[in-house]
Amino acid sequence: MNTQPGSAYFIEERTETLVTHTLSVLVDNEPGVLARVIGLFSARGYNIDSLTVSEVSHERHVSRITIVTTALAEVIVQIKSQLERLVPVHRVTDLTEVAKQNNHEKPLERELALIKVAGTGENRLEALRLADAFKATVIDATTEHFVFEMTGRVNKIEQFIQIMQPLGLVEVCRTGLAALNRGPEGM
Amino acid sequence: MAEQMTGAEMVVRALADQGVTDIFGYPGGAVLPIYDELFMQDKVRHILVRHEQGATHAAEGFARSTGKPGVVLVTSGPGATNAVTGLTDALMDSIPLVCITGQVPTHLIGSDAFQECDTVGITRSCTKHNYLVKTIEDLPRVLHEAFQVATTGRPGPVVVDIPKDVQFASGHYVGPENISHQTYHPKVKGDEAKIEAAVALMMRAKKPVFYTGGGVINSGPEASRLLRELVKLTGFPITSTLMGLGSYPAADPQWLGMLGMHGTYEANMAMHDCDLMINIGARFDDRITGRLDAFSPGSRKIHVDIDPSSLNKNVKVDIPILGDCAHVLEDMLRLVRASKAKPDGAALKEWWGEIEGWRGRKSLNYRKSDKIIMPQFAIERLYEACKPHDTYITTEVGQHQMWAAQYFHFEEPNRWMTSGGLGTMGYGFPAAIGTQVAHPESLCVDIAGDASILMNIQELSTAVQYRLPVKVFILNNQYMGMVRQWQQLLHGNRHSESYMESLPDFVKLAEAYGAHGIRAETPDELDGKIAEMIDSDMPVLFDCRVASLANCFPMIPSGKAHNEMLLGDDVAEEEIEKAIEGSGKALV
Ligand SMILES: Cc1ncc(C[n+]2csc(CCOP(=O)(O)OP(=O)(O)O)c2C)c(N)n1
Repeated sequence: MNTQPGSAYFIEERTETLVTHTLSVLVDNEPGVLARVIGLFSARGYNIDSLTVSEVSHERHVSRITIVTTALAEVIVQIKSQLERLVPVHRVTDLTEVAKQNNHEKPLERELALIKVAGTGENRLEALRLADAFKATVIDATTEHFVFEMTGRVNKIEQFIQIMQPLGLVEVCRTGLAALNRGPEGM
Repeated sequence: MAEQMTGAEMVVRALADQGVTDIFGYPGGAVLPIYDELFMQDKVRHILVRHEQGATHAAEGFARSTGKPGVVLVTSGPGATNAVTGLTDALMDSIPLVCITGQVPTHLIGSDAFQECDTVGITRSCTKHNYLVKTIEDLPRVLHEAFQVATTGRPGPVVVDIPKDVQFASGHYVGPENISHQTYHPKVKGDEAKIEAAVALMMRAKKPVFYTGGGVINSGPEASRLLRELVKLTGFPITSTLMGLGSYPAADPQWLGMLGMHGTYEANMAMHDCDLMINIGARFDDRITGRLDAFSPGSRKIHVDIDPSSLNKNVKVDIPILGDCAHVLEDMLRLVRASKAKPDGAALKEWWGEIEGWRGRKSLNYRKSDKIIMPQFAIERLYEACKPHDTYITTEVGQHQMWAAQYFHFEEPNRWMTSGGLGTMGYGFPAAIGTQVAHPESLCVDIAGDASILMNIQELSTAVQYRLPVKVFILNNQYMGMVRQWQQLLHGNRHSESYMESLPDFVKLAEAYGAHGIRAETPDELDGKIAEMIDSDMPVLFDCRVASLANCFPMIPSGKAHNEMLLGDDVAEEEIEKAIEGSGKALV
């Protein structure tokens, strides 16, 4: 018996689990290329958890876009082929996939964060002590505030930000993920 | 040898160098320099449409009927926005278009200047690629690249937005020979090992079926030729999507007719019950698959497509083959010929027996009448009358489109132009104009509905101006028939806004434009009037008054599987209303 609602559009209930992948996309650094990539994600309903862009070869006008996305495994495959279809895209590498093939848990992933904390007295001292433990460096300070710079894995940065919350956290700026695979080979 | 010329000259020169003979357009402030250049030469003919949407569909008709890219020229702002529907249509149906849009001068971009719009922003998601050309140095490269991108890989529309100052600027022209995109190089040759595996499956199959699509047409006439050979060599049955009609001859006994929502019973049953599906250049669209979890449950699937993102998108397949249809078909043929194993004759005989059983249901039968013209009958008569001619058919969107697909039969590719993916009412008439421009001596007929034809009726003026004897065969049921049918299926037969109140007198309308108008009201006068239409050397509006409440069958009702079709002759009215139940009514 057909238990599906009658419609020309079939509605599927998906129960599979979501996976998070880090994709590295080499593109021609031409106007609008980022809009194309982002537009693809919004038009097709894909998620962007994190996005980092910058030019990596000045002479060849090539930029590297690092995208962290969460989706069903088969949708991740779709995302890659949809990205590859964009004319200015040179290559898409699924760093998570490559890491797995090489028996690594994950690709190398780092993020940089600037964290402003304001306060006096015991809170201020505590913030400084914790920053030291987390290997965050002070890049600006007055008697009322610090700005910490911190590089590391995403969960370490998130943990630090959480701890700073009660100690007078004012604002945070994060770069998004930079990622490469381990080993001597390039993408 | 680089030549010095203005941007506007480069545009016209590049078109000529690309072999473009005809373009479709509409002038305005931001493209006047290009229009001035067009005026001073006679290599490229410009067809003045009456609305920019008309230009895009005309270019689509031109492209689809010739295999060459269609070219559009429009002004900035409203000119560009009016082109958006046609660009989207071309993207959905993989039609190669190059659309040149004028833009305000570079120093005014971003200032909300008169007739400025963010053309590259607006068209980013409805083109295969687009360019804003900011300097004269980039212009020749971009123009030639646009043709390369539009016509190779999976074809599609490309927009080149040219600010007015760049059209006036002077620079060095470079010809197409010297240009190739740095990184864009689609793969055309299929993976040999996968093709081998596919052929091995084919030789073992007991219930195989070829399921082909628009990709075969896009790949060129060679692909259709190779497909015919392969189908003959294997003895397998073949069906096709709406977009693929004509790639295999409809008169051949191995042809099952179109599949999908309004496909034949035998085609859909064969798809459902097959043990091997060989998809060549089709994309498992939802109009084809019906209910996905019940789609051809027992089959292994081979899928040949030039677009990697089409593979494993809607349906998981066993052997995905990335490549151009003609290239892959050629390899398949070679491997089938060389194969020691041969198709399983005994199993195929049994399979054909089953198929003949389904064919015996005669799913395209309909109730005949000698008092009113049944729409299906009208198409059958039109088909018979067109047979002796070199005919090209376009359609609008609605019931008439499906009836045309069911009752008009195609023996050759590139003869059938219809809006499949986007389903754009208003496509057919300008598309027929574009087709007629490409084939001035042929018979070009737009099979239309009374509602659709009004969406681009202004193009009658274009047809008259250029003496393009396009025939518009309107199945006038005084309803947006397809909407009314769905209202009957889904919404208690309440005809909310689907009755075409105050339709014009199409005969007088034709005359007002300087075209010829014909009306047929009874079956017995139909043949004579159709002959009059075909014999006329003028554009004709043919007002064919048909039964107003006929439904389009057979039909896979919403959310049902291929083996749950409604057939036309055995459904009672109450059954139609119950065919789609429950919460699905909210979904279309
Ligand atoms: C531009 C556009 N608007 C709306 C629709 C939705 N639509 C699909 S079929 C149809 C009715 C078409 O009526 P008609 O042209 O008279 O053809 P018939 O179905 O009666 O043969 C409508 C409104 C569409 N496909 N395209």
